[in-house]
Amino acid sequence: MPDALSVAGAVPHASDGRAGLTRLRRRPEFWLLLVILIVGALFSALAPGFLSLPNVIDLLETYSVQAVMAMGLFVVLVAGGIDISFAATASVSQYCAALLASQMGLPAPLVILAGLLIGTALGCLNAALIFYLRITSIIATIAMMSVSFSLLMYFSGGRSIYTLPDWWTTRITFFQTETASGDLARITLPIVLMIVVALVTWAMMTRLSVGRQLYAMGGNAEAARRIGVPIARLHFVAYGYLGFTAALAGMLQAHRVGESVPNAFANTELAVLSAAVLGGASLTGGIGTVPGVLLGIVLLAMLQNGLNLLGVSSYFFQIVIGLTILVSTSVTVISSRRGRRLRGIGEASTHG
Amino acid sequence: MAEQRDATTSLAEAQSSLSGLMTRLRGGMPGGQAGLIGLLVVLVVVFSLFIPGFASVGTLQSFMFQLPLLGLLSLAMVVPLITGGLNLAIIATTNQCALLMVWIMNSLLVPDAGVGATLGVIALAMLAGLALCLVIGLVTGALVAYTGVHPILVTLGTKSLIDGISIYLTRGRALSGVPEILSSTLNGSVFGVPVIFLILIFAAVFVGVVLKRTAFGIACAMIGSNLEATRYSAIDVKRVLVGVYTMSSLTCFVAALVMVATFNSASADYAQSYLLVTILAAVLGGVDPFGGFGTITGLMVALSVLQVISSGFNQFGLSNYLTLAIWGATLIVVVAAQTLKPYLGDIFSLRRRDQQEKSA
Repeated sequence: MPDALSVAGAVPHASDGRAGLTRLRRRPEFWLLLVILIVGALFSALAPGFLSLPNVIDLLETYSVQAVMAMGLFVVLVAGGIDISFAATASVSQYCAALLASQMGLPAPLVILAGLLIGTALGCLNAALIFYLRITSIIATIAMMSVSFSLLMYFSGGRSIYTLPDWWTTRITFFQTETASGDLARITLPIVLMIVVALVTWAMMTRLSVGRQLYAMGGNAEAARRIGVPIARLHFVAYGYLGFTAALAGMLQAHRVGESVPNAFANTELAVLSAAVLGGASLTGGIGTVPGVLLGIVLLAMLQNGLNLLGVSSYFFQIVIGLTILVSTSVTVISSRRGRRLRGIGEASTHG
Repeated sequence: MAEQRDATTSLAEAQSSLSGLMTRLRGGMPGGQAGLIGLLVVLVVVFSLFIPGFASVGTLQSFMFQLPLLGLLSLAMVVPLITGGLNLAIIATTNQCALLMVWIMNSLLVPDAGVGATLGVIALAMLAGLALCLVIGLVTGALVAYTGVHPILVTLGTKSLIDGISIYLTRGRALSGVPEILSSTLNGSVFGVPVIFLILIFAAVFVGVVLKRTAFGIACAMIGSNLEATRYSAIDVKRVLVGVYTMSSLTCFVAALVMVATFNSASADYAQSYLLVTILAAVLGGVDPFGGFGTITGLMVALSVLQVISSGFNQFGLSNYLTLAIWGATLIVVVAAQTLKPYLGDIFSLRRRDQQEKSA
């Protein structure tokens, strides 16, 4: 993809400073950061409590679950695939783990291991369908979503589990501080986990060879195969990792709310996908960065929280998300296309 | 896989003439439909044998009452799918159109209005609904065509926007109060065939004819196969794309009529679970999710398979959730069978040419 070219820095410009700026201008992260700063400044001017430490911490905690899932989805998007089933995977592993913990009373490590294994296994099943049976990723995962979510609703009868053990629902605080106004700000487990998952994903995608191979596969699968990239194994890595993070997010969500609701993740998949795409992950693969995806989540979180603080109806929020997606994706594509024209490379198709 | 298939396709295309391409386009994906019709027959026979009362007029009638909504929504999805795109906003468009129509009928109709006045208001409501869908379609199409953003993203945005506006204006409540004359007409039957089923048939034939017999339809399939090549063939790709999403949106208007009739009300969150099912139905019917191939006949056969499965399991007394799971599993099995067929054929008969034809 042409974006990757410009990111790699093959821009022959006269001065280094200008080249750096043009390069920066073509990064979706740059625009996103700009928008976030403007929106942040706007909200903090209009809503006094917006930039307070407790509010920011609260915001981070609320969106930690989505951020953990977005990290997994990001890996799949980079690998050139797409997954619609991760929210169902999260629900299934959360519910199974909750059953093991509440009905059979298994100890914590076993329950967590079982939950993560279920998630990873479902992810690997997706990979098998996509790689060995050659089903297009969006179709395979839509089908898997309906299968796993429907079976969960059928066998659970839609009943929630309220009797989670204490080790699961007790809040774990790593650090807490009192602000000048007397509010408590706590760094809790969800925030720490989110940071850990983001760091691990970042390290995997930029510091390990498997990450470079995933980018290569997403950019051009056939070219990657011919230079000896193990395509089959990478499919299992990408979808398995998404299954793993989805299961983690599922159990984290139960930790936050203190119960396991089978359809708690309904419609989460499109929200997380929007965030990842806002952050510059391309649906055609090979493009995207961890900070970008995190910025995407931050933007959506800020918009929702800020509008709430301003007293705007929560019904209005979806309109704002829709407009944000339309505007930001259009601006990104149009600006990168303009850059491409300047460099005299033919206009590549972004359709289909 | 995409590259592989593209390579084979371009090779075959280079060899064959334009007429060869046309027959390929008309034939859709090879081998898919025969198997699907076979599956349909097997399902009907098995259900008739094992479920007492399955093979009855009642089952057929409920089949014809239940199919139209999903069918029309799938039609709205198929047109963009053939161009290699996707319209995730179909349910949102349908709901908003239904809401607008019901709202107009509700606020303009006085209880004791005469037949003429009632019909006038209904016509006005339908006109407004049509206009709304036209605008949504034109805007979506223009966004897809002129910004070059991936259709999944554009329609994800428009879906969110349209849903948001509907929910914001209705506060999530359902609007009821469809005039008796409209609901009784739409829910009625002509010679035992429900009116809404006739609407589906007309819409399917119309879309099918447009896709197969018009220059616009051929252009759609060409865009799905290769956008750049279509552009270099002096086809105004952008105008065709605007047309595609407009057509998809206008199909949503018809779906909204059926929805108003079947639910007797309108809401922002009706039928949301159908969104992904329409994609399943299309792919099951042999529509290539990468674009370029697919027929309305295949889609209709696939919809019948899904609906027969649903009716059969309902009469078994199984839950709706299980039906959805079985729909998903059916799709995986059918697509997997299509993939594996050439390999199996290779094992059994070692016919190399046959394998090449099928993998194309």
